[in-house]
Amino acid sequence: MKDPAPADDGETRPKRARKPVGWSMIFIGVLVAVCVALVWRRDGIDGVLNILTHDLFLFGEILPRVLAGCLLGAFIAEILPHEKVSRALGPTSGLKGLLIGTAFGAILPGGPFTAYPVAAALLTVGADFGATIAMVVSWTLIGYGRAVAWELPILGVDFTLWRIVISLPIPVLAGALGRFVYVRVYPKGEPS
Amino acid sequence: MNFSALIIDITLWGSVAVLGFMAWQRGRVVLVSSVREGSMDFINIMPRIALGVIGSGYIAAVIPPEVITGWLGPDSGWLGVLTAVIAGAATPGGPVVGFSIGAVAMKVGGGPPQVVAYVVAWALFAFQRMILWEIPFMPARFVWFRAAVSLPFPFLAAAIAMAIGKP
Repeated sequence: MKDPAPADDGETRPKRARKPVGWSMIFIGVLVAVCVALVWRRDGIDGVLNILTHDLFLFGEILPRVLAGCLLGAFIAEILPHEKVSRALGPTSGLKGLLIGTAFGAILPGGPFTAYPVAAALLTVGADFGATIAMVVSWTLIGYGRAVAWELPILGVDFTLWRIVISLPIPVLAGALGRFVYVRVYPKGEPS
Repeated sequence: MNFSALIIDITLWGSVAVLGFMAWQRGRVVLVSSVREGSMDFINIMPRIALGVIGSGYIAAVIPPEVITGWLGPDSGWLGVLTAVIAGAATPGGPVVGFSIGAVAMKVGGGPPQVVAYVVAWALFAFQRMILWEIPFMPARFVWFRAAVSLPFPFLAAAIAMAIGKP
């Protein structure tokens, strides 16, 4: 990963690596192109334009939230003391680190536009894959926001509560599995 | 804009303000450099989000909803769990769509363990959330790693649901 913004010299803090255009984006681009072609064959140019205008509106709606998420991530990367984060959430943080990650994911407010920038910021300030996996998985599975707003009214109290109880161990287990696999896939640490 | 969107935006920008204030307390330079850092991230991420939003609209348009509900049929065994997991990952749209499909499956006789597997798989792998949010914001290596180690867990959730006989 390269950093195209070498503006601040004399900075001792690790700079956040900007994401290059990787295979993931190329894969998504190809997939999207195929789907556009399918829609065009099925519904003609009108179908393609309909979806485009709808999605452009959606894009305009979420852009401010994306900006807020990026700012949150940047502030967190700046404010959090790196030694403490790597002690609490780093590779040697053990079960406690996974539990902290899980608890943090469960109480984190907002939506994907907060969860993922914050998770990315934690990675840059010293959290390992395991604790970050625990946090992200906990946010999607036992985060209260989505459960209260959507799952309870649609699927009912009984289902939702049991689904959450069943899901409770998953973030810690996923984080532990992540650590177990990580040290075997990257015995010398993450390649760059 | 509806009420819940308003609450989300207030908490979101409220948190930005609080953290921004904390950064400012460490000095103006800290605030300015982190705002610049965040804006650079924003500019960098914007094209990815654009591709994600616009692209997932087209992907959703070629996945007919009947296919998803068909995969979530009344098959009560492990095959039913497997198709529920695939259906969860392939479900387009936000939480309303995902949970509504689960509710429909329950009504037409889908087993609770299969619906649990569906909801858990949707939470872990829904393609739209991964394309639109996780891949743009997180290192690609992390996203694939996270998805790979999450694979066993919808099945584990279904197994627990079968074992305890709930919900």
